[in-house]
Amino acid sequence: MSRVRYAMAIDTHTCVGCTACVMACKTENNVVEGFNRVWVTQDLQGIFPDLSLTIQSERCNHCEDAPCVSVCPTGATHVGPGGIVLVDEDKCTGCKACIAACPYGARFIDPRTGTADKCTFCAHRSEHDVYTTACQDVCPTRSIHFGDMNDPDSDIARVLATRESYTLLPEAGTSPRLFYLK
Amino acid sequence: MQTLQEITSTRSNALIDPGLHIWHGEVAAYLFLGGVVAGVMVLAGLGLLLRPKGERSVHLGLLPWTAPILLSVGMLFLWMDLENRFNAFRFYLVFRPTSPMSWGAWILLAIYPASIAMAWITTPEGMKQRVSDWARSRSSFLANRLACLDGVVSTHVNKVAVINVVAGAGLGIYTGMLLGTMASRPLWNSAILGPLFLTSGLSTGAAYMLLYRLKDTERILLAKADMGLILLELGLIAVWLVGLMSGGAAQRAGAYTLLGGPWTAAFWTLVVGFGLVAPFLGEWMERRGGHVPGRVAAGMVLVGGLALRWIIVYAGQHVGWHDVAAALF
Repeated sequence: MSRVRYAMAIDTHTCVGCTACVMACKTENNVVEGFNRVWVTQDLQGIFPDLSLTIQSERCNHCEDAPCVSVCPTGATHVGPGGIVLVDEDKCTGCKACIAACPYGARFIDPRTGTADKCTFCAHRSEHDVYTTACQDVCPTRSIHFGDMNDPDSDIARVLATRESYTLLPEAGTSPRLFYLK
Repeated sequence: MQTLQEITSTRSNALIDPGLHIWHGEVAAYLFLGGVVAGVMVLAGLGLLLRPKGERSVHLGLLPWTAPILLSVGMLFLWMDLENRFNAFRFYLVFRPTSPMSWGAWILLAIYPASIAMAWITTPEGMKQRVSDWARSRSSFLANRLACLDGVVSTHVNKVAVINVVAGAGLGIYTGMLLGTMASRPLWNSAILGPLFLTSGLSTGAAYMLLYRLKDTERILLAKADMGLILLELGLIAVWLVGLMSGGAAQRAGAYTLLGGPWTAAFWTLVVGFGLVAPFLGEWMERRGGHVPGRVAAGMVLVGGLALRWIIVYAGQHVGWHDVAAALF
């Protein structure tokens, strides 16, 4: 069996932009006031009355080829189990190279510790290979799919196999593991 | 009728939104001082290797001592920029080949012994003797160690000079590569930035040396070198911007910050006009017998070198891939 590779897919058809995922993440991970690991963007396009609205719940893309990992001078930012990109607070100097390198603006400095912070795919819950993230748990429209994309029986593998999806800034060449279902 | 596009985001992270604002004057000052140190090491190293005729002036012999001092000031700036300063020692617990910052941390460590060894070589003999006498009056152990070090360094002058040239060039290129490898910042993401910062470092290093009281022959040699370096730097700036303008939308958006965007006036007046063209003309007029104080031109080159890094550090943060994508789609 292939090794675990976590990924997330967000259904842009059913997401209503309620920001429950934003709040759940802040509560679960004790994110410092004024900062967000998860955020929601709304992209409105067209000519009235022919308008289209795309709502995206965004966060760290846990890229396969993560620029934040390669620029980190101390190894604080690393690829953890299941391909999750994590920050080891004990090793982080707060040099901000990872923030400059991230094309998605997913990282910030936690003013309490002076270290880089971002979404962890709730890695602290991963005692078992199969687990759910805080944002996934609270989503009222069940728009967030998460799991091992290498397991063909998983929910995430099925939606990625059966639905069309896209990633953010594919031109940046980072191979994100955060997908958006069309 | 124009198509409407409106993007709203609930993210409002300090230093990230509405635009990236993580690196400030401390980083620019560090890159500038690193460049000056690189210039002093390379030029003084070449001076040792080429052995120009005549005895070197006292000031030229002593100024390499300022290289490790300037570097320490630069490293202090770098340390001040860290958000978690007590973890700074972590730079030296690991070497990460994919991280330019890791390369820089280790190069900086090699700079100290190399630049101090060269400074000892160029120190006038009389002063070396006085230091040896002082060491002997303190303890025989100190005097013996100093004599031993003097013996090692004095018998390897060429090797020390080559190490200084290589380490100085490495430091100069690294100051540009630090920014140049950031793929998500189009203005920075160019291989030209390494050679550009090295050339600027050599030019500001020569200008810094011209601030000292040197012999006429030394001054003329350094001023000539500086003029050539200024021309090279102007050429590299042109190549850098042409390269970006002939790239994709992201690269063009990056170049726009200096070609019509918010940093245009500052870049073309302070860096190109005041820091490169004007001092070049000043040094050229001085060579043709005009009464232009050499230190004024040198001072302008130094101000221009600091402005170059300051503006590139800030302007590079102005445009990222994300901003370009938001503007296009």
